[in-house]
Amino acid sequence: MLYKKKWPLLIFLVPGLLFMLVFLYIPFLENIKNSFYDMAAIVKMPGTDWEFIGLDNYKRMFTDPDVRTALINSVKMMVLTVIFEVGIAFVLAVMVTQVKRLQQFFRTVYFFPVVISATAIGLLFKLFYNYNGGMLNQILEFFGKEPVNWLSPELAFIMVCIPTLWSYIGFYFVILLTGLSDIPDDVYEAASIDGCNRFKQVFYITLPMMKPVFFTSVTLAVTGALKVFDLPWIMVPNGAPQGVTHFLGTYMYQQAFGLNNYDYGSTLAVLIVLLGIAVSRGIGFLTDDPEERRNRKETRRRERAMKKAAQLAEKKGGAA
Amino acid sequence: MDGAVIQTAVRKKKSKVKISTVVIYVILIFWAVLTISPFVWVVLNSFKPSADVLRSSFTLPNPATMMNYENAFGKLNVLKAYGYSFTISGSVTVGVMILASLMSFGLTRYQFRGKQFVRSLIVASLMFPVFATIIPVYKMMVEWNLLSKNIAVILPQIAGNLSFATIVMTGFMQSIPLEMEEAAYMEGANVFQVFLKIVVPLCRPSLATVAIFSFLWSYNDLFVQKIMIRDPMKYPISNLLEEISSQYGTDFGLMAASVTIIVIPVMIVYILLQKNIIKGLTAGAVKG
Repeated sequence: MLYKKKWPLLIFLVPGLLFMLVFLYIPFLENIKNSFYDMAAIVKMPGTDWEFIGLDNYKRMFTDPDVRTALINSVKMMVLTVIFEVGIAFVLAVMVTQVKRLQQFFRTVYFFPVVISATAIGLLFKLFYNYNGGMLNQILEFFGKEPVNWLSPELAFIMVCIPTLWSYIGFYFVILLTGLSDIPDDVYEAASIDGCNRFKQVFYITLPMMKPVFFTSVTLAVTGALKVFDLPWIMVPNGAPQGVTHFLGTYMYQQAFGLNNYDYGSTLAVLIVLLGIAVSRGIGFLTDDPEERRNRKETRRRERAMKKAAQLAEKKGGAA
Repeated sequence: MDGAVIQTAVRKKKSKVKISTVVIYVILIFWAVLTISPFVWVVLNSFKPSADVLRSSFTLPNPATMMNYENAFGKLNVLKAYGYSFTISGSVTVGVMILASLMSFGLTRYQFRGKQFVRSLIVASLMFPVFATIIPVYKMMVEWNLLSKNIAVILPQIAGNLSFATIVMTGFMQSIPLEMEEAAYMEGANVFQVFLKIVVPLCRPSLATVAIFSFLWSYNDLFVQKIMIRDPMKYPISNLLEEISSQYGTDFGLMAASVTIIVIPVMIVYILLQKNIIKGLTAGAVKG
């Protein structure tokens, strides 16, 4: 009754949708369109017309050695986030469930770096890595070793990965811990009565039951790795040294806003979107087994049928 | 005899359990130290002159100097940068809360054609990384003459947080039973009164979640700020930090002080609201 009159909907839905339309959907489509043009300047003015160049930007992308570096680095980063962020987080989460005291303390401490901006963390690690008297080289000096150039071309990539991975472990720790506490205790009890030790319990109970949570974590980690920008930009701007630390995000920024190649930047943005979709689809496919998929389809079909029946009943009831 | 054997066996088992627990505690505490020590290190070093940071960064500051902070606040306009950051993130938070609650109310309380389509549009926009929209948005801001104004950061950030916020709030609103709203309607309240006086107050927990992640994402973001704010006099905090790192990269004391200035307020808020913050930032994830 209350929600029979539809006109208030305009007030509820239009402002938000308008916002998304103007600042998300239209720019998203425009960005795709832009990638097929040669944009002389960001704003069209007389004399700076944009020229349609078809797939030229895409051709350039496939032959650009920096894109290759950025792509490889971004993919490497994805793999590392899954292994180290989700992996370490899982080990820590399982350990925390085994102890009784200090659980809350660990949660608070581990999560803390997540709320600190990547900019600040980047700056912090710059202080660690500095050649002349950075923290790491001070430690080396203490042990009588030669200082190391931590941001040399060979080491830079891994040195940028370390703070990125370190700062987000707490995030997955909390997600996985929540997942762990959702597994009912009696499953473990039954297992230990059947003579299953703690290690076996982790393998045969925890891991299989945590599958959906792992799926979310891995998806978040991988798509998150694709969005990395702030931290590498602070530590090694413009892919320094020698362009070896480019990520797709930083390279896109450099092209679009550093070198004013807006069209090429748009093309790189399209690549990021496509890669994101492909990877999250891929994860979905890998973690899904066919039987589950069939079951899910079946339940969805049943739900729809039920809903329809309910609607029909409601209509009839309303008519009567 | 038998009893003794069993007893020793029991004792053995007990001590074995104990050892593994100790090992677990050691590892967990080791990781906690690894997580916190960089921040402790930077705070301690911010009270030393740069030369000392380079020579002996592991000792306590002796004597502690406020020089770096005087530098930071004097040279760098840190307070103003805070002002800009809070204006931006505050507006983003308020904007997202208002728009998201309106939208989720519409989506959960009304039946209309195309509802499923609107919902899937919102979910689909989660797949848009900021990279994919920023160039056309930047173009708009240039055309509208809004560059270097706070609003140029606020608008795209509201849009960027809106879809996720709406999804979180729709989930919550669906779980609120309709009885109260209907009762209010019987008493003569209209839809807007029902929304403002009943639904919004009931949604307080999810509004808190939305507020927390919108604020922190906006506050911590460098990318959009960097593109939209070109005037160094108007730099918000992340922008300012970046400038410090590129311009004063050799002044270690100043860098340490700047990091501390950023970290301390967040840390205080975090300690006060940790449960809400942790919940807020992991909210959507756990559901999925």
